Amino acid sequence: MQITFPHMGNVHIAIKSLLEKLKLDVVTPPPITQKTLTMGIKYAPEFACLPLKINIGNFIEGLENGADTIIMAGGWGPCRFGYYAQVERDILQALGYRFKMIILEAPDSNISELFNQVKDLGENVTFWEVLKAVKFVWHQINAIDQMEKAYEYHLAYTSDKESADKILSTGLAALDNCFHKKDVDRVCSDTVTSLENLPRHNKPVLKVGLVGEVYTILEPACNFNIIRFLGHMNVEVTRSIYLPDWVNDHLFKGMLKKSNRKEVYKQAAPYLNYWVGGHGRETVGCTVGFARRDFDGVIQIGPLTCMPEIVAQSVLQRVSEEERIPCMTLYFDEHSGAAGVYTRLEAFIDMLERKAAAGLNIISGRIN
Amino acid sequence: MKRVGIPRGLFFYYYYPLWKSFFVNLGAQVITSAPTNCLTVQQGIDSMVDESCFPIKVYFGHIKELCREPIDYLFVPRIVSVERRSYICPKFMGIPDMVRARIKDLPPLIDTIIDYSRDNKMMDNEILKAGKLFTSKISRIRDAYQAAYKELQFCKALAGQGYTMAEAINLWEGIPQPRFNCDTHLTVGLLGHGYSLYDQNISMNIIDRLRSMGCKVVLPEELDKQAIESRAALLPKRIFWTLGRKMVGSALYMAQSQDIDGIIYVACFGCGPDSMVGEIIERKIAGKPYMLITVDEHTGEAGLVTRLEAFCDMLKRRRIRNGADHFSPHG
Repeated sequence: MQITFPHMGNVHIAIKSLLEKLKLDVVTPPPITQKTLTMGIKYAPEFACLPLKINIGNFIEGLENGADTIIMAGGWGPCRFGYYAQVERDILQALGYRFKMIILEAPDSNISELFNQVKDLGENVTFWEVLKAVKFVWHQINAIDQMEKAYEYHLAYTSDKESADKILSTGLAALDNCFHKKDVDRVCSDTVTSLENLPRHNKPVLKVGLVGEVYTILEPACNFNIIRFLGHMNVEVTRSIYLPDWVNDHLFKGMLKKSNRKEVYKQAAPYLNYWVGGHGRETVGCTVGFARRDFDGVIQIGPLTCMPEIVAQSVLQRVSEEERIPCMTLYFDEHSGAAGVYTRLEAFIDMLERKAAAGLNIISGRIN
Repeated sequence: MKRVGIPRGLFFYYYYPLWKSFFVNLGAQVITSAPTNCLTVQQGIDSMVDESCFPIKVYFGHIKELCREPIDYLFVPRIVSVERRSYICPKFMGIPDMVRARIKDLPPLIDTIIDYSRDNKMMDNEILKAGKLFTSKISRIRDAYQAAYKELQFCKALAGQGYTMAEAINLWEGIPQPRFNCDTHLTVGLLGHGYSLYDQNISMNIIDRLRSMGCKVVLPEELDKQAIESRAALLPKRIFWTLGRKMVGSALYMAQSQDIDGIIYVACFGCGPDSMVGEIIERKIAGKPYMLITVDEHTGEAGLVTRLEAFCDMLKRRRIRNGADHFSPHG
């Protein structure tokens, strides 16, 4: 059994090591390129959201590299993602691919359902081995997260942006080849240390919150690498969703660590008082949180026609007025012109810079 | 007497008799907005974000119109789910919050949470909460709801006789409706969300257009509910959108029916569930002529008319050929 899976940022490192620990042969799909996107767009429904189109591209490339099994997540709505796997299977079968599709449905009630699904997946593995695999992968996920966080922070403050990019990509590549906890820890601390040792500039740094739909935030190919672009403009980006939180909240129902979701929901009121599927409520709650922590601005990103994000977007204007924080919304779809997106981002950042400078003047004016 | 405004949009076309009777039984006066017109559309587009779907924008237009009326309450329910483990759409779940965020000078909202996804208990409380604005007698609220529910059943029975829900609501209110009795030579199954199909502005009057082209229009409301559910259950995974499941079930039912010549699906631009459901239907009903029409804010009716004419012409030719030599046009 040659198994392949969809990309989502750096998650492929974790999925690959999980499947390998379950004694399966893994075909990691090639990194997302324009070719991936083109194939996805060609075969996916026109009005489906971007993640589905990229998934299709990943699967086709995975199957052509020799995979015969696809692993995919499911869900029970109201967000479209829950029905992705069904539509994707139909599309690929109609294209003539022969494969087996394994759909991991999120557990309805108890955690053992998920463990059993994972166990059934593996070939001749004991429950103990599954538990060990999950533990190792959780460790790896946290390492990825620490490295990404360090990168996002230091990228804004360093004058040597290219080295920062290189350190992260070398670090992630090294992490991909780790099989022991000790190696993971070493790679992680090495990467963080080299990022810390980069030369610094002393220009002002803006703090911007990045909120929105999880796939768009985690997958650089889906958002024109917005975090790197902002970092190169001396903007420190803080996200509303990090990988461990997402895995913990959505796959393990908050069993792995304490979740801060309740806090976020509290902040979303009175702007959004009900869950709306996807990450709509998190988007609003985190925007309020960023505003109260004196961030300079918030950027909301999501795939075009994403229903929960549209709900969030339509209340964000009120949040922006009442919490006094500039907000911008960017949707991504099939368009491939990065310049348009970058121009809008530059204009937004220029505005924030001017606002920050004006604020400083007022304070110094009072003191003098 | 307290006055309650009910916007003529979204689930108005499924539940208006229930909502109106409930408030009237409690001694309130109910005011609705006018049928969707250019002004409604314009105001809606102005007050909602561009990326939302057209029916949501129209709904905002209706609310804007009602805000100018002297009303004490505006009924804007948060419709999460109308049956077990199924949803409508995330946008419906956020409607009261979106309305509050985007429209200034609102009258007090009655934002009843309609959620049957788990049990009926929560719904009972919500009905009582809404009723208590008008009376303190719990028994009176319960009676009002029971009586209102009967009105809804009556109206749905009318829709089963070949009237659209919009016509059934008019009949229920005592406005006579003309019966379409032209000699029909084609039967077309028409699918789509009720709030886009039955709103003459959103659907560009597609039902009457088809009728005047000599088509008998079959709507999901006319089909047997059990039959729809059993067809929808043929899919490997249960569809968790109430309307989406109804559409897939109806499409599969119509695909097998010999009487139905072709199926038209009216989808809204940017509708999340439609983007998946439309795809599923297209793949599952091989053999039956099928056309997907996407509606939006655009007002060019000629494009729609041309496509409908072409589709009907194709169906007619297909029928003649089938009748003459029993050739299957796709085999």
